[in-house]
Amino acid sequence: MAKSYYDPADLRKFGKITEWSEELGNKFFDYYGKVFEEGALSAREKSLIALAVSHVVKCPYCIDAYTKDGLQRGITKEEMMEAVHVGAAIESGATLVHGVQMMNKYDKLSM
Amino acid sequence: MTQSILTDIKKAAKKSLKAQKDVLANTEMQMEILNGEVFADGDLPYFKDKIAETGQFPLRPKKLEVLQINVGYMCNQVCGHCHVDAGPDRKEIMTRETMQQCLDVIRNTGAHTLDLTGGAPEMNPDFRWFVEEASKAGIKDFIVRSNLTIILANKKYHDLPEFFKKHNVHVVSSMPHYTRGKTDKQRGDGVFDKSIKALQMLNKIGYGMPDSDLRLDLVYNPSGAFLPTDQAAMERDFKKALKEDFDIDFHNLFAITNLPISRFLDYLIASDNYEDYMYSLVEAYNPAAVENVMCTNTISVSWDGWLYDCDFNQMLDLKVASKVKHIKDYNDEVLNNRDIIISQHCYGCTAGAGSSCQGTVA
Repeated sequence: MAKSYYDPADLRKFGKITEWSEELGNKFFDYYGKVFEEGALSAREKSLIALAVSHVVKCPYCIDAYTKDGLQRGITKEEMMEAVHVGAAIESGATLVHGVQMMNKYDKLSM
Repeated sequence: MTQSILTDIKKAAKKSLKAQKDVLANTEMQMEILNGEVFADGDLPYFKDKIAETGQFPLRPKKLEVLQINVGYMCNQVCGHCHVDAGPDRKEIMTRETMQQCLDVIRNTGAHTLDLTGGAPEMNPDFRWFVEEASKAGIKDFIVRSNLTIILANKKYHDLPEFFKKHNVHVVSSMPHYTRGKTDKQRGDGVFDKSIKALQMLNKIGYGMPDSDLRLDLVYNPSGAFLPTDQAAMERDFKKALKEDFDIDFHNLFAITNLPISRFLDYLIASDNYEDYMYSLVEAYNPAAVENVMCTNTISVSWDGWLYDCDFNQMLDLKVASKVKHIKDYNDEVLNNRDIIISQHCYGCTAGAGSSCQGTVA
């Protein structure tokens, strides 16, 4: 067994998931490909959203993939870092907004 | 570790691999790498086997359309990705005698495009004479690949834009990005500002302007271990940024993939990106690009008159597989009856939408 849970070379093998469940795997990759096509949003905008989400879900494969994708599209490092901050702001906001729940509960339990 | 290697590369990048006596200046060593590693292990298919899958082996030339002449490896820049390993220390320069042999061929060949490259072709002392003579040959499209900074490098080059205009030269120039940081990292400090200034000079006399017949195209090479994306999207981004920030106009952008040879190969290995890059190239393999790959319509001539299937094969010292190997013996018919020499670097021209000196091909 591998000594680490994550091996960068595994990213190349992503397509192999279809080998154990061809129909679902193919449906996923068809869907995935379609999502990233030019649409109401440009492929460039989608790449930046994907990069932000990659950080929020803390997926090392996705971070590698969308950093490279961004470079290929000529996206600058400043744009990439701002996208990561957008993800981080939403994630920290999601934590902090629960502070209201804590305040509500505190007030309800207090005399 | 990687960082310190990269710092060393950057420091050393004032000289060509040849001047540094780097092992990769040896083309046999490069071929050994391209034939070994992931390909010898069977993890990735050899290019020959890949094109055989679609019945495209052996690769054969079609009608000759482009004669590409490399007039010398001397350059005022030492770019990190250069497949020529060009630089100020390279002394290989085409003589007038060889140019004369090229002119004889230009006058008689059916090629519609003449493409002068280097190095910085303008640094060849007989460059202007050659352009003047060649422009009389009635070639439809006469390209000079100019690195832009040469125009500002020395007073004697300042009038190059006017000279190009006088001979109706189609200028094709490298511009890795529309931001300063990325450009200078690949091509050297100060290159971005000089390139912008040179483009403005070219625009001023009509080059690259909408509806102008004075063609000005830009070449985009990725500045790192990744492939170029959609050429049309990149062109849109370049046009918008260069217009808004510097009021620069140009006609088309050619997205060219960096091939894993020479200085770019050196970079890939030193930065531990070689294997991933080869996987990326093979994954992006597109059989439709093979159909129009540039070696099928181009002959590349080296500074000393030898003939090659392309400029990349020239840098790997892979001369054409034909009885005719030198410009002095040039014969269309004999040359056209040859197999094109291929190796794993060829994946660079067949990835995605394909890549050639004129941009994408598929």
